[in-house]
Amino acid sequence: MQLILESLFNGLAIGSVLLIAALGLAIVFGLMGVINLAHGELMMLGAYSTYVTQLIFKLPALKPFYNSYIIVSLLVAFLVSSIVGILLEKSIIRRLYGNPLETLLATWGVSLILQQFVRSVPLAYGSGFIITVFTGLIVPLIIPEHLISNKSKRYIKSGIWSISVLIGILTANYLSTTISKLGRASARNVDVTAPAWMRGGIDILGITFPVTRLVIIVITIIAVISVTVFLNRSVWGMRIRAVTQNRSMSECLGISSEKVDILTFGIGSGLAGIAGVAVSLLGSVGPNVGSSYIVGCFMVVVLGGVGNLLGTIIASFSIGIMTDLIGAGRLLTIWPEMPSSLASTVNFFATTSMARVLIFALIVAFLQFRPAGLFPQKGRMVEG
Amino acid sequence: MSKALLELRDISVCFEGFYALDNFNLSLKPGELRAVIGPNGAGKTTFLDVISGKIKPTSGDVIFKDKSILGKREHRIARLGIGRKFQSPRVFESLTVHQNLALAVSKPKKPLTLLLDNQQEEQLDQIKHLIKVVNLQSQANILAGSLSHGQKQWLEIAMLVGQDPDLLLVDEPVAGLTDRETDLTADLLKSLSGDHTILVIEHDMEFIRRLESPITVLHQGSVLCEGSMQEVKANKKVIEVYLGQSEDKE
Amino acid sequence: MNIDTKRDPRISFFIWVVIIALIIATPSLLPVFRLNLLGRYLSLAIVALGVDLIWGFTGLLSLGQGVFFALGGYSAAMYLQLNSSGSFPNGIPEFFGLYGVQKLPFFWEPFKSPIFALIAIWAIPALVAGCLGFLVFRNRIKGVYFSILTQASLLVFFNLFNGQQRLINGTNGLKTDVTELFGQMVGSDSIQRLFFWITAILVLLSWFFTKWIIRGRFGDILIGIRDDEARVRFAGYNPTIFKTIVFSIAGGLAGISGALYTIQSGIVSPQFMTVPFSIEMVIWVAVGGRGTLLGAILGAVFINYAKSLVSEALPASWMFIQGGLFILVVTALPEGVLGWLQSDRPKNLLIRLGISKPIRTYPSLEAKGKDEVNS
Repeated sequence: MQLILESLFNGLAIGSVLLIAALGLAIVFGLMGVINLAHGELMMLGAYSTYVTQLIFKLPALKPFYNSYIIVSLLVAFLVSSIVGILLEKSIIRRLYGNPLETLLATWGVSLILQQFVRSVPLAYGSGFIITVFTGLIVPLIIPEHLISNKSKRYIKSGIWSISVLIGILTANYLSTTISKLGRASARNVDVTAPAWMRGGIDILGITFPVTRLVIIVITIIAVISVTVFLNRSVWGMRIRAVTQNRSMSECLGISSEKVDILTFGIGSGLAGIAGVAVSLLGSVGPNVGSSYIVGCFMVVVLGGVGNLLGTIIASFSIGIMTDLIGAGRLLTIWPEMPSSLASTVNFFATTSMARVLIFALIVAFLQFRPAGLFPQKGRMVEG
Repeated sequence: MSKALLELRDISVCFEGFYALDNFNLSLKPGELRAVIGPNGAGKTTFLDVISGKIKPTSGDVIFKDKSILGKREHRIARLGIGRKFQSPRVFESLTVHQNLALAVSKPKKPLTLLLDNQQEEQLDQIKHLIKVVNLQSQANILAGSLSHGQKQWLEIAMLVGQDPDLLLVDEPVAGLTDRETDLTADLLKSLSGDHTILVIEHDMEFIRRLESPITVLHQGSVLCEGSMQEVKANKKVIEVYLGQSEDKE
Repeated sequence: MNIDTKRDPRISFFIWVVIIALIIATPSLLPVFRLNLLGRYLSLAIVALGVDLIWGFTGLLSLGQGVFFALGGYSAAMYLQLNSSGSFPNGIPEFFGLYGVQKLPFFWEPFKSPIFALIAIWAIPALVAGCLGFLVFRNRIKGVYFSILTQASLLVFFNLFNGQQRLINGTNGLKTDVTELFGQMVGSDSIQRLFFWITAILVLLSWFFTKWIIRGRFGDILIGIRDDEARVRFAGYNPTIFKTIVFSIAGGLAGISGALYTIQSGIVSPQFMTVPFSIEMVIWVAVGGRGTLLGAILGAVFINYAKSLVSEALPASWMFIQGGLFILVVTALPEGVLGWLQSDRPKNLLIRLGISKPIRTYPSLEAKGKDEVNS
């Protein structure tokens, strides 16, 4: 019983990381038909945001609040990744709607650039850049519309952007001088240290549950619930779904599909940022941290079926539990008196990498029966 | 009554609780030309999808040449002798007109034949003939993507004929054609009937009139009535569906 | 798709003379280091031809060609290892000793035969590609789904080879440069020169082969599948078979390419199956011009050459350049350099600049009297 419970928890933990990582990908793919190969790099940015936030909270002024930096970093990571995502959508992806393969290649190019950017640009300047874009985008939204006449619009806009650039440069300067770690470019991995309360574990029924894992599970649950509520209950969620179903009809009804695209992509990217926070708690953070998760995310999307959150959730957890069962050789611990021929096979696959091999084979086998995944899209619009 | 070439028996197609076809029956004699009309959403395209294997019906059976073709894949059904023209013209846009037709007339449709054998002389003649029939001689070596809408429609009809099927399923052949082209299409289809069995779906009543064929009226997934133009026009239910009773309209 | 204008046979003859002369003379013109690099890039052109066949013509974007590339490489390396391991303990390759393996694993046995190895180099990848392709295509998995699955299979094979230290030397890979062939070290200059010639000839042969594939109606069907797969099906063709065949051919080409690359770079390792390498193959074709076979060859050679030049000078900037290339080529130059040159646009550009005069013709006049359809 205890073994099964432990196995279940581990599977849940692996699955929740997969789910939070795949959630944004699944939303963007399901709603916009875009496969974003830079999703892993958006996660990586989220992880680095956590790192930067953590360092900032080590400054004397913020030291008393150090224990809660993780909550702030969730917000920061979400914003950073969604800003980069929105830039990506505005500059490249928008031109490629309807060409999923081309989008895939272009986003791969973006992911290469982002990786190299992190390697060769000091984090302080990266932060400055993000802050510039953030203020430049957000301030025009805050200023009441009636204050801006059509004539002065241009000047105000350029004024806001110049101030944003100034703020960005100042931030970059400040960060690079006060925190020396942010002032140098480095290709080396960095480590995010969890605050004291997240170290250690909680004992329930004689099993130790690591707190970091629990925190990740909680983050995932909150993210999934808020996304579901947002998409199903809010006005903008309804607009997003409307545009997904019929773009031109929605435009006729006065929905700005441009805004909807930005919003959808921004949320998907932001979720990648949150996934980045989770990932940073599990291991060291490097430019390649995202790419190691991305294929797992794709498997989740393929297994779960497009445009179905429930499918994504079930697929993540089943892959998670399977990884744990196979990869940790837990089948043998649960069932010790297994026949030796079977046991040797189980042992052969009992590493994380071999577990991946087996799980992929199982997924391909599964697709033979259900080509469109667990929850296929139905209706007459599906092209055969 | 001679034996039917195609028979649809009690076909129902259900999309998540919505019946696109509801106990639908239809039978076509060899050599017959049949027009099918019906308001939008009556299930016209759906039943073509069922015949050509694109959709598997929830219940019912499709009999072609005395055999059930239910559950067969599209290319098998096509090889059995059922050809289909789509609602919006679908030709291979990156291939020339000649290449489009070459693919249609090629037989057998096996990879090795296409790779190793040259196209037979008679097939080349057939292509030339088809190009002439649809009046595309001067566009033979132009990419099909650069043809006009009407020319694409005709090219697709030519491809359909080139496949030499026993049964032609023609979905809205004259949409977007000029009056003259419409008349020519009607004459073409009429001349093909007899040798071929043809099922035409169309909205254009002028075109249907010119076909001088029996008409089947579809409404909400089942047959409303069958008969000649006059009979159908006089039918009360048809008038109701097309003119009155706005709540029925979709 | 482009309609070739018939070239003067004398010009063609002249071009071929130049090409053959270049192939013969290059080994004596270039220093061995550069020759070796060029040979490697030429071998990559073969895998690019395969990518062009499946992506450029058939519309299947595979992100997992590295699997087949590596399988070919491993086949070649296994033969070479066995061929020169007589002097090692137990008569098996040296690395087995490190892990205490006494007996040759069973799947190594057939690679003792050179004939088997020569066949395996292309047949094993082709077979694996065929099986994988059939399972995927049968279920009408296409578009990005196909791309994702190929990428996942790449990762699977990477893990499979990377984790099996005792069977295939895992991460370290198999070295070939210190093995022997015809009584000489494979890494030696004279053998490398021979490999260059073999590579050049095989590139030409693969080019002719792929040209032959796409020449007639078979090639037209591939393009038809790319444009409108459902229509192909309703015309009575089974796209699954065609796609499986063409994916298998591309796999075989990748295998040949991988074998040639391995023997010239001196090692095969799971690094051949990393995600970036396989996507890079797509960018060679994209830049060269998808759907133009020559574009694939030139793209592979030139981009790799540029990569080595840039990496020598500014190591960090190559990633930026490559990333930029991906973005640029899909947004601004979707038909690639060669495709662009073959389209009307360069001419239009010249016309607009006033350099060239517009030619007035009726397409119908040109089309007439041209019964043969070129592809």
